[in-house]
Amino acid sequence: MRYLFRTDYRQDLSVARHGGDLFWYGLLLVVMFVIPLVMGEFYVGELGGVFIFAIAGVALMLLVGYTGLISLGHAAFLGIGAYVNSVLLARGVPFAVTLPAAGLFTAICGAAIGLPTLRMSGLYLAIATLAFGSIVGTVFQKWESVTGGFDGFAVPTPSILGINLDGATGIYYTSFAVLLFVIWVSVNILRSPMGRAMVAIRDSEVSAQSMGIHLARYKAMAFAISAGMTGLAGALFAHYVRFLAPDAFDVLLSVQFVTIVFVGGLGSIQGAIFGALFVRLLPQFIAIVRDDLPFGIGRLPGLEPSLFGLVLVLVILFQPDGINGLWQKAKRWFTAYPFKRQESSRRQKSYARSERLR
Amino acid sequence: MSLFEAQGISVRFGGIRAVDDVSFNVEKGEVFSIIGPNGAGKTTIFNLISRIYNSTEGKLIIDGHDFTRTPSYQVASLGIARTFQNIELFPNATLLQNLLIGRHCHSRVGLLSQMAFLPSTRRAEIQHREKAEDVIAFLGLQRYRDSLIANLPYGVRKVVELGRALCIEPKLLLLDEPSSGLNVEETEGMGFWIEDIKKDLGITVIMVEHDMALVNQVSDRVMALNYGKVLAMGTPREVQTHPEVVKAYLGGELEDVA
Repeated sequence: MRYLFRTDYRQDLSVARHGGDLFWYGLLLVVMFVIPLVMGEFYVGELGGVFIFAIAGVALMLLVGYTGLISLGHAAFLGIGAYVNSVLLARGVPFAVTLPAAGLFTAICGAAIGLPTLRMSGLYLAIATLAFGSIVGTVFQKWESVTGGFDGFAVPTPSILGINLDGATGIYYTSFAVLLFVIWVSVNILRSPMGRAMVAIRDSEVSAQSMGIHLARYKAMAFAISAGMTGLAGALFAHYVRFLAPDAFDVLLSVQFVTIVFVGGLGSIQGAIFGALFVRLLPQFIAIVRDDLPFGIGRLPGLEPSLFGLVLVLVILFQPDGINGLWQKAKRWFTAYPFKRQESSRRQKSYARSERLR
Repeated sequence: MSLFEAQGISVRFGGIRAVDDVSFNVEKGEVFSIIGPNGAGKTTIFNLISRIYNSTEGKLIIDGHDFTRTPSYQVASLGIARTFQNIELFPNATLLQNLLIGRHCHSRVGLLSQMAFLPSTRRAEIQHREKAEDVIAFLGLQRYRDSLIANLPYGVRKVVELGRALCIEPKLLLLDEPSSGLNVEETEGMGFWIEDIKKDLGITVIMVEHDMALVNQVSDRVMALNYGKVLAMGTPREVQTHPEVVKAYLGGELEDVA
């Protein structure tokens, strides 16, 4: 059992709470750097995909888990980022410019969609963002001169400082760097007034307002930040899939992002990473075990979406804290061993205002 | 000059005049209580002052500054803090985070500086933390500092909400039924906090309250309302013996009712 002895307010502001954090996260960092050197191209590629989804997951986590605003339109933000990045690249703009440009432009789009939807919450916001997603999808299809329409278009190879970032390893390292950047920004936001304002809006709008929080401005900012990060993920996604077609950014992708947030565990950045791992690796897992399943279950069509749905329902019913909740529980069990207590991991039935539909 | 003035404020919801031409002044350093039967318009007055509702007529003035049309999110920076009748804390945040949200109207660092957590943000955060710790020490909340609000008992939450309002460093504190849901001892404790806030911090308090013992203990002046109209104003003693007030609470003779 570790007891933190705090003697300075700086300690509570630092990202690593104690030496153990530094050690384990440092070790994780080293392992992630070494993986492409020792593992096969297939696994490196898959992990690159996990990173990209984790970026979008962290972005959506800020919006859903911390600000309490739902979005079913994040696939559209991913698409906007992907197209902006690729179209600019095709015009000869270097990748070091197109990547931030994709993030910035998507952030502006996020603020633009955030502003009119500010008065909505719950189901109505979900419907509005869903509509936004399908509008953007239609634009991708019809604006053929720029997007290539249904024919799609091949994404040019990115390069930074003369190094081609093609292939699984290039995508892996670029996505990993962007993921670290996004996590760093998110952690900073969460320990600043902005992050607290987001939590305040999530938990009680009326009292957030009387604390001096400008609801409209902060909701729009939360939307913009979340969209901007998703735009970065989109730029990387374009290089991950190498060929952009409008139907890649449909509502099913948005639902996958929401699954990341819920299955990972609402209200934690770690949860978004866990969720991304789950969402990207479950299909691979199904593909591996498909042939060994009894009674021909593996040959059933629609196995993957129905498993996703089943897991989402089970998580919401039995493990509302998601994978992150399980992880925290396991950690508690080990730190307190042998003093394990059933009560400490029993779910408290409390009336959480943020779960109420309005 | 009075710290706070309400000049003939009124608000109508449809045909109902919830608050009807109410005027009162609150002097600096005073505890001013508003009493009245249910539905008299007490909380509505609070919602008018914190600008959640727009008053249809009248003026609101603090420190000589007219804030009748100030948007509600700017009211905190004018130095007006409030608590709510049914506790409106942020339940999924820790006590400390709740208090720090109370510091929001004092934060001046830009978004980019927050995103990069520049030294300016770090310095500001430490200053806010020191202020929040002052409030924690003042209200004796040390042992709950890192607890989630959702896990705290009701009586403690009531004190936390008071603390969050104090973090705004207000000139004027609006307490909406500070004793509701509290037992006798907790209500007494709340009375002592209010006296301390008045004496030690010099904060002016407007309080809506039903518990007459608490009203008598802390108030300098009392205003009694019924059907949105002022019935009486004066010392607690004067107001409680005022015939109109007695009639509002206990009922009058038949011809008066009709």
